[in-house]
Amino acid sequence: MDENKRNTNYKLYVESKVPKTKAWPSLFKAFLLGGLICALGQGFFDLYSYFFPNLSESETSTCMLMTIIFITCFLTGVGIYDVIGAWGGAGSVIPITGFSNSISSPAIEFKKEGIIYGICVKMFTIAGPVIVCGVVGSIIAGFIGLFI
Amino acid sequence: MINIWDYVISFLVGGFICFLGQILVIRTKITTARILVLFLIIGMVLEVFNVYAPFKEFAKAGATVPIIGFGASLARGAIMASKEYGLIGIFTGGLTAASGGIAMAIFASFIFALIFSSKTKRGGH
Repeated sequence: MDENKRNTNYKLYVESKVPKTKAWPSLFKAFLLGGLICALGQGFFDLYSYFFPNLSESETSTCMLMTIIFITCFLTGVGIYDVIGAWGGAGSVIPITGFSNSISSPAIEFKKEGIIYGICVKMFTIAGPVIVCGVVGSIIAGFIGLFI
Repeated sequence: MINIWDYVISFLVGGFICFLGQILVIRTKITTARILVLFLIIGMVLEVFNVYAPFKEFAKAGATVPIIGFGASLARGAIMASKEYGLIGIFTGGLTAASGGIAMAIFASFIFALIFSSKTKRGGH
């Protein structure tokens, strides 16, 4: 009887402890990876604003994002980004690298189904909703912009 | 020219946004596509309410690199074009502003998909 009570107490104790001990390292890793990617972006931004001073700020930003997107596609191709993603969780998804990886990863994965039905179709399995929501949302935003 | 504070603030803000995303992942088991769409919409809402510009001024790459910045640039492009070109700008502005990123993502993915093959079979994930 006493043993049963102790077991249930122990079970409750374990249940209260387990998610927290799993959650905190992954939160820290996401923070670290996301932060590093953004700091890297700032590095490219400074680099481009130093070498191409006549570009506007938004053009320099676009160049920086394109560089990061290109690097991510390459890292996905050689299989490194999967490892980074498994380590960093949301830290690898929320930066623009996540968008880039979401296009390149299925493209490479479904290559064996052919160029049209494999690469070109499957490319948008994850990024499709992002582009659709982006276009629809921007049209709504533009409509709002017409009246303000 | 290089300001170390820009890097610190980019790191902290970018990291914090990913931290919030990771909380969502742990609590709700949200999928990649949903996370991306959610943060994209957050960025658009911030831009529509004019909060994104001061946020970007403060957080530098910590605001532009997360997908929030992508959503904000889509929304900003459409809003600017709607003021300049009227009704047609609503439809052209968004994608014009985000075209660099989308084109590079599609182009690089296509090229690297032709070059590389999937590693999952060999790696045994």
